[in-house]
Amino acid sequence: MTGASRRAIKLQVNGKPHAAEVDVRLTLADCLRQEFKLTGTHLGCEHGVCGACTVLLDGQSVRACLMLAVQADGRAVATVEGLAGADGKLNILQQAFKDHHGLQCGFCTPGILMTLTECFADKPDLTEQDIRVALSGNICRCTGYQGIVDAAMDALRKMRSLL
Amino acid sequence: MPPEVVDVPLRIVRTSRRHDSATRHVSGSATYIDDMPEPHGTLHLAPGGAPVARGKIKSVDLDAVRAAPGVVRVLTAADIPGTNDVSPVVGDDPALADGEVQFHGQVVFAVVAETREAARRAVKLAKIEIDAETPLVTVDEALSADLNILPEYRFTTGEVGAALAASPHRLDGTLRIGGQEHFYLEGQVALAVPGEDEMLVYSSTQHPSELQALVAHMLKLPQAAVTVEVRRMGGAFGGKESQAAQWGALAALAARLTGRACKMRLDRDDDMIMTGKRHDFRADYQLGFDGEGRLNGYDVLLSSRCGYSADLSQGINDRAMFHADNAYYLPAANILSKRMKTHTVSNTAFRGFGGPQGMMAIERAMDDIAWTLGLDPLDVRIRNLYGDGRDMTPYGMRVTDNISPELIAGLERSSDYRARRKAIAAFNADSPIIKRGIALTPVKFGISFTNTFLNQGGALVHVYKDGTVHLNHGGTEMGQGLFVKIAQVVAEEFGIDLEHVKITATTTAKVPNTSPTAASSGTDINGMAAQSAARIIKDRLTDFAASFYNVPREQVAFRENKVFYGNHSVAFSELILRAHVGQVSLSSTGFYKTPDLTWDQAKAHGRPFYYFSYGAACSEVMIDTLTGEMKVERIDILHDVGKSLNPAIDIGQIEGGFVQGMGWLTAEELVYDAKGRLLTHAPSTYKIPTSSDVPADFRVALFDGANREATIYRSKAVGEPPLMLAISVFCAVADAIHSLAPGRRVPLDAPATPESILRAVKAVAQH
Ligand code: FES
Ligand code: FES
Repeated sequence: MTGASRRAIKLQVNGKPHAAEVDVRLTLADCLRQEFKLTGTHLGCEHGVCGACTVLLDGQSVRACLMLAVQADGRAVATVEGLAGADGKLNILQQAFKDHHGLQCGFCTPGILMTLTECFADKPDLTEQDIRVALSGNICRCTGYQGIVDAAMDALRKMRSLL
Repeated sequence: MPPEVVDVPLRIVRTSRRHDSATRHVSGSATYIDDMPEPHGTLHLAPGGAPVARGKIKSVDLDAVRAAPGVVRVLTAADIPGTNDVSPVVGDDPALADGEVQFHGQVVFAVVAETREAARRAVKLAKIEIDAETPLVTVDEALSADLNILPEYRFTTGEVGAALAASPHRLDGTLRIGGQEHFYLEGQVALAVPGEDEMLVYSSTQHPSELQALVAHMLKLPQAAVTVEVRRMGGAFGGKESQAAQWGALAALAARLTGRACKMRLDRDDDMIMTGKRHDFRADYQLGFDGEGRLNGYDVLLSSRCGYSADLSQGINDRAMFHADNAYYLPAANILSKRMKTHTVSNTAFRGFGGPQGMMAIERAMDDIAWTLGLDPLDVRIRNLYGDGRDMTPYGMRVTDNISPELIAGLERSSDYRARRKAIAAFNADSPIIKRGIALTPVKFGISFTNTFLNQGGALVHVYKDGTVHLNHGGTEMGQGLFVKIAQVVAEEFGIDLEHVKITATTTAKVPNTSPTAASSGTDINGMAAQSAARIIKDRLTDFAASFYNVPREQVAFRENKVFYGNHSVAFSELILRAHVGQVSLSSTGFYKTPDLTWDQAKAHGRPFYYFSYGAACSEVMIDTLTGEMKVERIDILHDVGKSLNPAIDIGQIEGGFVQGMGWLTAEELVYDAKGRLLTHAPSTYKIPTSSDVPADFRVALFDGANREATIYRSKAVGEPPLMLAISVFCAVADAIHSLAPGRRVPLDAPATPESILRAVKAVAQH
């Protein structure tokens, strides 16, 4: 690798400053996983199709496998590791996935949680059908989606009751 | 049925408990193999695949690959010190192709480099020359060439020729059934760490003991020097039973040769091209039946695409034959299986293991009969069920636990099948383009490995001085909830809370010579083994408590984290400490083998299954006869898991299995070109069901009843059977098409993609 193909980047990850010198071709997913050791962001297809690598970039969901780390320079990234409170207490969405058995192998779970985090922030009035559509870019090969949709609906209800 | 003996009320088994890793999964802290901290200096492998499907290798020029940046070493067949084989049975799966290639993408070499990126880039620089020959790609091509990978096999019962000849009604037909990509969300991955003449392989595998043996043979090490470990997989579904081995073995080979830790994680395209899938089948059948729709004779030829090697094709095709009857009595049958060799990737285990394909043929036969006689397909199905005096399978095992009639009647009621069929007929009469269809189909699935010796499980249990329990067993966790179920069993045995049982990674170092976690058997065999280990320790503790506290043995009981003796109790942890001081061993292995199984492969006769799992599903669909679009509108399932060990986990298996089966039969299509290249090698071209493909109206209930056999707490296996409930979706689609031209047979092939639906619509309209 030549020096010119590497660049220093600085970004916020889950509210904390992170810096690295990375190959310009390094994906954001590999940067999170290898440089920052945040392995909760999973790689299912590396093609932008399965949704396992979904993270939020300035609040918007992106596929970390399709995005370069250098594109996240100066921006704020949110990953599954940042969902729980500082004390480790699960947030409402995480707790709902636990309570409603919204996971089996768990490999799709982080991506699904991040997709829903974005959705819920935008529109608290989602219907079950909206949730099914919103999640149609996240493949789960294990659950058949029932537990996932139940969990999402339960979390939505609980969040609304807090408004 | 022997009475169930339970001396204390159950507190932990038969309750819904969360997956043991649920908190980790929602926090992103569950460690899969690719997430483990890599040992310093870890190298990465990438595979180099054959550019054509068939031919002699003329030359392999890897100079440019070796010279590429970051490349440390390139592996070819010549680098293997021992046996170049990663096959489960026959010895015909080279880890690295030698002399010839037999499918497009077959691994010819592997690059070992400082980074995965560098390894993947270097792969592209290879120059492989092959004397290309024309590959056989489809079942039909292999049948015309009469190229078998394994000998054909047959079950016969009664005189099928005579039965067919004497039948008032006769039909013949052909059904084509597509294969299926597993698409476990976590792709194939392994990390090998070399030690002092030892090798430790972390592998996403359902079969650690097999990988251990293959690595030992490949590296010429004793098996005792090789350890394989796996904490969890991100899905497997059969795709990591035999075909995780190649990647683990190559990583181990690289680690042995470089002396550094080596990791191999396949890119998704490579994974889809280089690993086997569900077998596609062609079923050719003849039926003879009476005016009521009862079968007199069934003659079926099941031909499958096995790919270039045997892999697990014997067991898979056998299981297709074992399920050629599904839940139906066949007075006379000839079930012939041909295992065709093709120049495609070697097809392998996939949830159901051939059973689904065998069932598909007879379910089509039921529809054929109904269409021909103008009967409701459900009535034809009910009339053909096993029953009194009609209880012998074509392979000589009596069906003694038959609950199909009761279960189907229950679902017929709860799904309101009859009223909905009427409503659908009325709808269809007024709707020329959009048509609805409904079907209620049963499942009867045999539980046990049909290779009888595999029906054994092992476990290791330690109790430590603070009263916490270390649990290990031979099963692997792939998301199915096996670990929590077995922890429930052990916690129940000791009468302690679930959180005091520490679940640990599966490793060949703790429980040796294990069977794969497959055939839905994980809980049945490992749960019993773990219970046995716990009981051995509990027996010693009971003896100790009886003598220490001077009470009769019968007065010692374990519950609520306490040990009761006479009118007193002591904390479990305290008794443990006392027992330790009293020099009692607090560790034990446990072992279980499934009783009463017999199978004579030569005579095709015996009792290959310990019991059957039953279920039924009713699906309603809507199709657009102009576009072929299809939507599932409602699903009702009633499924038998015996007395469920964990109802929430079991319902999750049922829902997930159903949707996976629905994908297989309606959306997922594997397309190979004439040169044997897989064209659908990414999720962008291979359609997997998403949340919006599953109807909101999805009702799942557990059938209330105990296993008649003495399984772990009278539960039944759940992994595979629900997949076949999805045959109801396929039959509902055929039913919708049938409404276009009642009385005509619907030549719908699987998967029922829009194209396939349109073809069938045209065919029935044209007559
Ligand atoms: S890994 Fe990024 S979408 Fe699949
Ligand atoms: S839980 Fe396994 S992919 Fe969703």
